[in-house]
Amino acid sequence: MARRTGDNGAAPAHTTMSWLNYLVAPGFLQTGQVQSALILGSAVAVCSAVVGVFVIIRGQAFLGHALGDVGSTGASGAVLVGVQAIWGFLGAGLMAGASVDALSRRARERDVATGVVLSAMLGLSALFIYLIGQVSTSTGVTQEILFGSVFTVSPALVLPMVGLAVAAVVVVGFVYRPLLLSTVNPDGARSRGVPVGLVSFLFLVAMIAAVEQSALVMGALLSTALLIGPAATAIHLTRRLGLAIVLSVVLALVDTWLGILLAYDSFNWPPAGRGWPVSFFVVAVMVVAYSIGQAIPRTSAGPRD
Amino acid sequence: MSPQLPAMQFDHVDVAFGRHMVLRQLQFDIPAGAFVGVIGPNGAGKTTMIRLVLGLQRPNAGRVTVLGQSAGRGGREIGYVPQSFAAEPDLPLRARDLVGLGLDGEKWGFPLPSKERRRRIDACLERVGALGYADEAVGTLSGGERQRLLIAQALLTSPRILLLDEPLANLDIRSGHDIIHLIAEIAKETQITVLFVAHDMNPLLGVMDQVLYIAQGRALLGSVEQVVRSDVLSELYGQPVEVVRVQGRILVFAGDEMVPLGHEELLPHGRPRSLPVEP
Repeated sequence: MARRTGDNGAAPAHTTMSWLNYLVAPGFLQTGQVQSALILGSAVAVCSAVVGVFVIIRGQAFLGHALGDVGSTGASGAVLVGVQAIWGFLGAGLMAGASVDALSRRARERDVATGVVLSAMLGLSALFIYLIGQVSTSTGVTQEILFGSVFTVSPALVLPMVGLAVAAVVVVGFVYRPLLLSTVNPDGARSRGVPVGLVSFLFLVAMIAAVEQSALVMGALLSTALLIGPAATAIHLTRRLGLAIVLSVVLALVDTWLGILLAYDSFNWPPAGRGWPVSFFVVAVMVVAYSIGQAIPRTSAGPRD
Repeated sequence: MSPQLPAMQFDHVDVAFGRHMVLRQLQFDIPAGAFVGVIGPNGAGKTTMIRLVLGLQRPNAGRVTVLGQSAGRGGREIGYVPQSFAAEPDLPLRARDLVGLGLDGEKWGFPLPSKERRRRIDACLERVGALGYADEAVGTLSGGERQRLLIAQALLTSPRILLLDEPLANLDIRSGHDIIHLIAEIAKETQITVLFVAHDMNPLLGVMDQVLYIAQGRALLGSVEQVVRSDVLSELYGQPVEVVRVQGRILVFAGDEMVPLGHEELLPHGRPRSLPVEP
């Protein structure tokens, strides 16, 4: 990755500037790859944050995690075949989502079905990743599949990905009320004519889009962090759903920007040359934010009569 | 008094799940404005009956008519109060938000805040006595408080029929009495038709106009004096049933086992003999 070297200056009068240069390494906002990463990362962050709040409300965190993991199967398969990883991520997510849906009619069965589908697809993933090692000469592909590749995403993908993220958020906005009603009160929802199955399906599609896009930035294994982390922190801090969604988005955006910034900075850090993974920094910031959030006690609305 | 259309009409209704007949030859009219207690042991078909009225269950034979029309989905004229709702303590949903779903929860999109919307929600919250905890998270509320929210939610569309599916099931006796009192008040104020499902009729003795007694898949509608009698219920159950009145309470015992009904047990099916003609 091309870097512009900055003049850090040694004179005492420039001490503040040099500190700033440690925090924000020179050339940060001017680098094309960083710009792409920030745009893609922001879209993914917003999408994951909004979808994540509903994933937690619906108790589907395990499914969300599994959908991310199975992305590795699709991505590694895609690399073997010579197709861009994102289509593998999305394809595997859709396949897994459909399988879990078909295998489980009731909520109780869903966890088990998810576990079975996850195991099956991860088994394939083990095979594909091994084959990549045998067949391919490029190093680091596996690392990117599992832990993210936001700096090496092709710029041509950025716009479609942003479009997909926007579409997913729009879908969630569209099913907001019936989704909430059918989550809290399924019989009541049906009695009002809510097509509960359709609403669940639409949300599942939005969830797959969110998780698989996040798998590009964070990797198949860590996409859950962006889905669940900011949402969980936000939910702990407020009783109001609308506010929880806004908080979740803000947290996810700050989290992602900091993660990208720190990863860029880390090119100067040992072991020199490549920089640490973005996903590591995003998770680190997320854990800090979550811990701070948990330390803030929940308050009651006030005295009841 | 001018004759009013019955709120609900069941005309030779049969419901079967596979080969199992759940409800047989239901034939009765529920008068408008009546407070009807739907009583019977668990598994007798009370919930199926509710689902018929809501249009969630189609009869295998016969017709169910609600407010002059075939029972169908999506009616805002029917307020449905389910037994409970699932909510963790940290679910980010305030009481007023849950209740608000009763106003427009079936519509697509998300609600835009408006003064009118808030006013209507507040009015229903106040009617059920829940205004004091309107801003609390629903997951932190007690069973009685949650039941009031579900009632408020059902009332938001000013329905003409109120269906309560075992509202007392998770409540202690005191809360149960409060809820019954609340429903009775609302029924008197608004002339709404109430179907109140319970497996013990005693708490409802003071407030219900009629009892719809369901057992062995068959149903009888009438006053408590007419229906809850040893001979009548013995015919219904197809086995000896003893009705005992003790200090204003009614206890129903199944003959051989002397099991008081009001426990959650399904009696073994007897052979129903011919039923008395309804008054």
